[in-house]
Amino acid sequence: MATKRETPLLDELMTGPWPSFVKEIKLSADDGKDAASDLLGVLEKSYNERIGHWKHGGIVGVMGYGGGVIGRYNDLPEEFPAVAHFHTIRVNQPSGWFYTADVLRKICDIWDKHGSGITNMHGSTGDMVLLGCNTDALEPVFAELTEIGFDLGGSGSDMRTPSCCCGEARCEWACYDTMAACHDITMHFQDELHRPAFPYKWKFKFSGCSNDCVASIARSDCSVIGTWSDDIQVDDAAIKEYADGKQVDIAQDVVRLCPTGCISFDGSKLAIDNADCVRCMHCINVMPKALAPGKERGATILIGAKAPIIGGALLASVMVPFLPMEAPYDDLKELAEAIWDLWGEHGKNRERVGEFIQRIGLGNFLEQIGLEPTPEMVAHPRTNPYIFFELGEEDGEE
Amino acid sequence: MADRKTDIGPPHYEKFLPPIIKANYGKWKHHEIVKPGVLMHVGQSGDKLFSVRAATPRLVSTVTIRLFADIAEEFCDGHLRWTSRNNVEFLISDSSKVDPCVARLTKEGYPVGGTGPGITNIVHTQGWVHCHSAATDASGVVKAVMDELFPYFNDKKLPAKLRIAFACCLNMCGAVHCSDISILGVHRKAPVVNHEQMNKMCEIPSTVAACPTGAIRPATVDGNQSVEVIEEQCMFCANCYTVCPAMTLNDPINDGLSIWVGGKVSQARSEPMFSKLAIPFIPNEPPRWPTTVAAVKNIVEVYAAHANNYERMGEWIERIGWPRFFDMTGIEFTKLHIDDFSHAGETYQRSVHFKRV
Ligand code: SF4
Ligand code: SF4
Ligand code: SF4
Ligand code: SF4
Repeated sequence: MATKRETPLLDELMTGPWPSFVKEIKLSADDGKDAASDLLGVLEKSYNERIGHWKHGGIVGVMGYGGGVIGRYNDLPEEFPAVAHFHTIRVNQPSGWFYTADVLRKICDIWDKHGSGITNMHGSTGDMVLLGCNTDALEPVFAELTEIGFDLGGSGSDMRTPSCCCGEARCEWACYDTMAACHDITMHFQDELHRPAFPYKWKFKFSGCSNDCVASIARSDCSVIGTWSDDIQVDDAAIKEYADGKQVDIAQDVVRLCPTGCISFDGSKLAIDNADCVRCMHCINVMPKALAPGKERGATILIGAKAPIIGGALLASVMVPFLPMEAPYDDLKELAEAIWDLWGEHGKNRERVGEFIQRIGLGNFLEQIGLEPTPEMVAHPRTNPYIFFELGEEDGEE
Repeated sequence: MADRKTDIGPPHYEKFLPPIIKANYGKWKHHEIVKPGVLMHVGQSGDKLFSVRAATPRLVSTVTIRLFADIAEEFCDGHLRWTSRNNVEFLISDSSKVDPCVARLTKEGYPVGGTGPGITNIVHTQGWVHCHSAATDASGVVKAVMDELFPYFNDKKLPAKLRIAFACCLNMCGAVHCSDISILGVHRKAPVVNHEQMNKMCEIPSTVAACPTGAIRPATVDGNQSVEVIEEQCMFCANCYTVCPAMTLNDPINDGLSIWVGGKVSQARSEPMFSKLAIPFIPNEPPRWPTTVAAVKNIVEVYAAHANNYERMGEWIERIGWPRFFDMTGIEFTKLHIDDFSHAGETYQRSVHFKRV
């Protein structure tokens, strides 16, 4: 039985309207979890000293897997023995984060039996995170998770757990079935997910439209953003209703804010010059009852987003302007594999693919993976004249 | 161990979908916000699905997950999901159950909201609860900020969505580099090398290679094979510390928070944008980080008072110009705001097209 910890500083975070994480840790402590009690103790100490007490490292995991568990140790194991080991287990979430009461209770049973009772719903990559257990709990947790049909997610230099928006399950704007694509890719690349073999991490994120609810363009090495290749669907009667109603001022809120100025409105009828539309979603977001994405749907594939570490933050850039997203997604899989082969061989340790592309040049990258360059891939052509011409046998030297 | 299962992958999502979603999958027509925190999706079939969205602190106990399971069973046959921003949603097909579900969640302390033009849950990281390289706590700052901004979660409207993200070091687990307001933990002191442990705990070549600015070089110190840090070249990214635990970066006085503004990932109207530096450093002030909370609130209020409808933070700042942003918010512009990493020159103003204060 762990010592009950006094937490005067943390207690100040028990009040206020926003739900309190301190209350959550206390719920687990009161539920008999020694690790939760000691976590309160460590955290109170951090709040006093303004410094963390965790150590990274050590290879911990489950047999045959290289990822899915993050090793974590406390630097004051004598003072806080129940969190001396405090490893994290990443559990691959179901697509779209849908659950039933039943299955959640089963996961809770496992975690109550072996761990701290504390979770993150969910971690930043998308996994359900079981926060804090001993090394010897890892195998039993894993065995019991697979018994109820769950498996671990990724960590380290592997394919990280793919994630997606709820897409067609609950969103009229989804331009492809994000949940099916995410599930299929996850199942197809189980080996890449569980056994790190890349220069660094690789993330897939699937958003059904350019509202990008899973931040794929900022956070994933492979960002799959739903789009369409024909015309926005317009329901004239519904436009009339918006025009007559008070909620939306079509001229101000829609026409004026279209980034390409391609919408015109005469007071009752709305027309879109679709050749100029960049599929930004604004007009559709504002008038969901009247406008909808076109009928020829698919996705734009963008590659190379990342946070700043190491060489600075990058947004993903266009690799395939339009790809129909039909199961079994062979084109997407082949593209990913071609990139992995190249980056796997020539990427430096801890070099994300976006950085790799910048280092070798997008032109060279495309050539190596066998994609034709197209103007959609750049904001504009080069402005500097330092062109590395590659003369073949038949060129020049008359 | 013949029966040890591996590589089974996640369960198929279909098992967890409520019947109304199975019936209307890919056939939704439109949706609206019925009231704060309650979405109504209408299918082409005419079916109506109500999603009741409640805040969670992301860090949740199994006790609470069981509570959510009970609530889901009581109001919607056990069907629930989480959002990408750590909210929980109860998926209700019987409209008469909506209000009781909202009331129950409110009573339990998980407030309903986070829809429409306002502020929803803060995407955040581990902080002192769990991470080695944290320059601050994540959950504590998030709690303090959201207590203060709570009206915007619930019913107070802003010109547009305002997405806040939090990360406790430059690794930025979470989309901190592309949020309307980002709170980012920063270290300000070069790592302290434990020379005795260095060669035992870490590989010297990979530690040297880990540094993006080339600030680490091999050195022999007191007879130990170790490394030294060229302090002027360190930008406190903690990358070396992640690779090698013998290079401690955490420091009680010099660690703290920075605030960034104007990023977004949605492509509506304008292209996605990075967040830009507003405030370089605020000291850690646990347990409630009052200076940080006040700074965020100030930015939100100035934005709320001046932005046009549908204008995200970054779009508003682009319209009014950075000189006016600093003037209106009263935030001091300093040398630290000027980029000096690779491609820094792209951020200089190279025309006379700047707006006056
Ligand atoms: S990304 Fe688009 S399709 Fe997906 S949930 Fe968001 S708005 Fe809907
Ligand atoms: S989607 Fe965007 S670019 Fe296209 S018509 Fe609508 S507002 Fe204009
Ligand atoms: S942002 Fe940094 S300190 Fe925070 S959880 Fe991620 S790696 Fe750890
Ligand atoms: S903190 Fe970053 S910049 Fe500083 S020495 Fe370590 S790796 Fe290099």
